[in-house]
Amino acid sequence: MNKEKSIVGNIFHKNGRALGSMGYFILLMLVFLIGAPEAWMRPSLHQSVFVMLPTLIFLVIPLVFLVASGEIDLSFASTYAVAAYVFAIMVKSGIDPAIAILAGILTGAIIGALVGALIVVFRLSSLVASLGMLFLLRGVILLLTESRSITIMEIDNHWTYSALVGNFYGFPMQIFWASLFVIYCYYLFSKHVFGIHIHHVGDNSVSAEQMGINVKAVKIKAFMFVGIGAAIGGIFTTLITYTFFPTQGFGYLLLALAAVFVGGTPYWGGLGTIIGAIFGVGIIAYMEIGIIAIGWSGTWRQFFNGLIILLALLGHRLHGERVR
Amino acid sequence: MEKIIELKNVTKRFGGITALNKASLYVEQGEVVGLIGDNGAGKSTLIKTLVGVYGPDEGEIIIRGNKVLNWTALKARESGIETVFQDRALCPQQSIVWNIFMGKELTYPFGFVREKEQISEANRLIREIGFTSKLIDAESPVGNLSGGERQGVAIARAIYNNAELIILDEPTNALSLNETQKVFEFVNNVKKSNRSVLFIGHNIYHVYDISDRFVILDRGEVVHQLNKEEVKTPEELMKIMRDTIKKH
Ligand SMILES: Nc1ncnc2c1ncn2[C@@H]1O[C@H](COP(=O)(O)OP(=O)(O)OP(=O)(O)O)[C@@H](O)[C@H]1O
Ligand SMILES: [Mg+2]
Repeated sequence: MNKEKSIVGNIFHKNGRALGSMGYFILLMLVFLIGAPEAWMRPSLHQSVFVMLPTLIFLVIPLVFLVASGEIDLSFASTYAVAAYVFAIMVKSGIDPAIAILAGILTGAIIGALVGALIVVFRLSSLVASLGMLFLLRGVILLLTESRSITIMEIDNHWTYSALVGNFYGFPMQIFWASLFVIYCYYLFSKHVFGIHIHHVGDNSVSAEQMGINVKAVKIKAFMFVGIGAAIGGIFTTLITYTFFPTQGFGYLLLALAAVFVGGTPYWGGLGTIIGAIFGVGIIAYMEIGIIAIGWSGTWRQFFNGLIILLALLGHRLHGERVR
Repeated sequence: MEKIIELKNVTKRFGGITALNKASLYVEQGEVVGLIGDNGAGKSTLIKTLVGVYGPDEGEIIIRGNKVLNWTALKARESGIETVFQDRALCPQQSIVWNIFMGKELTYPFGFVREKEQISEANRLIREIGFTSKLIDAESPVGNLSGGERQGVAIARAIYNNAELIILDEPTNALSLNETQKVFEFVNNVKKSNRSVLFIGHNIYHVYDISDRFVILDRGEVVHQLNKEEVKTPEELMKIMRDTIKKH
């Protein structure tokens, strides 16, 4: 009896943040269901959520790694567009889309490495430096494209299109890839040396250094991972809409960050939850689309977004303070 | 006896402070060296330089007769040196297992961790060290432990790898008599298996009891070295230390 209790207690203790996020997600679903059952039953609502969901997942999960390592990045919202741009112009100039995709992802990795190196080597504040990069990269995109978008209808009949974002008997392939990404990242975060070192570095970088962990390298890799995730997100969106547009990704900046924290990853480093982040993504995506779909006017949207974020943070507060 | 590690004329500065000034020190195989000196003498800086946490501004680090360049904490651990740092070098939000294996995880190919093996090894180790509380298991976070228990985790980590040289920076402060005794036993076992210990302590009786040789550090300089045979009592060691520091 007592033993059983302690096992349940243990699961709750270890996964408290993830379970908390799940709780909010269920609560939000119930509110929508009770508040607007008719709109809620419409499949179109859920379909639009499912278009947004994979992109958010590619952005948010790597951010969990980065935040757990004790850093933050804002520039991902522009990296997203730079990578998509590289992909789009390569396709436009007749290069095989598969190669263009790899080039786009490589671009994301390189930008991530540069942002990370800048911050880690020169010991800059990651918040401020990545804010600078956010604008800088967006500026580069606007200059290069002269603010024009690029349409790439030609990918429609290429195998990469059907493999990545096509329909498999009605099932959107991007959901499959996003799920695979989540599973991989779950193991990477909690069972792989990379993820474990991320925890150590974010928890106490001096200790990590003393134990022989290359703190700078771990952080730069985390920034690279964010760049790669942003690139994948940008390329997927470009594939789905057949269009690159120069302001692409900007709208995800605050949503993705909100999903990380609503998902239960604390801002101070050393802790994070992938499962929680998935529910965070769900909450953010349904909030964005659901509120409009159930007929509340757009004027209310921001208000409710803010309310839900604050309530979630207050809830996560119950999991206590940082232990030292 | 072979010198397993040697520092030669090492200088380390922090801004305007010279924490080490042409300090030299060696440890031979199978010996216990006691490093003593006042607060701020540079003992911790010396060992952090020795294990690659700090890069020296001048001087050489020699491992088993070979001069090393770009010495890092990882390289030191890979060549068989483990350290219990004065601040214990723990990550309080992480589990005991993760702390014990920090930086030296047991892995499968491709870097995935052997979780079960790590947990059972960690449980064995904390039992060996003898934690006071029976409730503690290897998966609880270090932040929930008392100061002495945290020290136990740091010591367990240093024991695990059967290191050739174990460096202990004030391992016994905050420990009860019983646990202090265990640390001494552990040091003696290391010595018995012909491995070495570098022991830093403020309690001169402790240092006297377990060391074969004493090195006195003062304001960043090694001011005196003597063997156990040259000192009859801890009181005498204390007096020698006071006198050398006064003259220095
Ligand atoms: N990271 C650092 N940055 C700046 N100064 C430092 C740093 N580490 C040590 N010092 C300075 O170097 C000197 C030696 O410090 P150290 O910690 O090596 O002394 P110690 O002999 O270990 O003292 P204690 O017995 O109190 O632990 C001190 O004056 C200290 O202020
Ligand atoms: Mg010290």
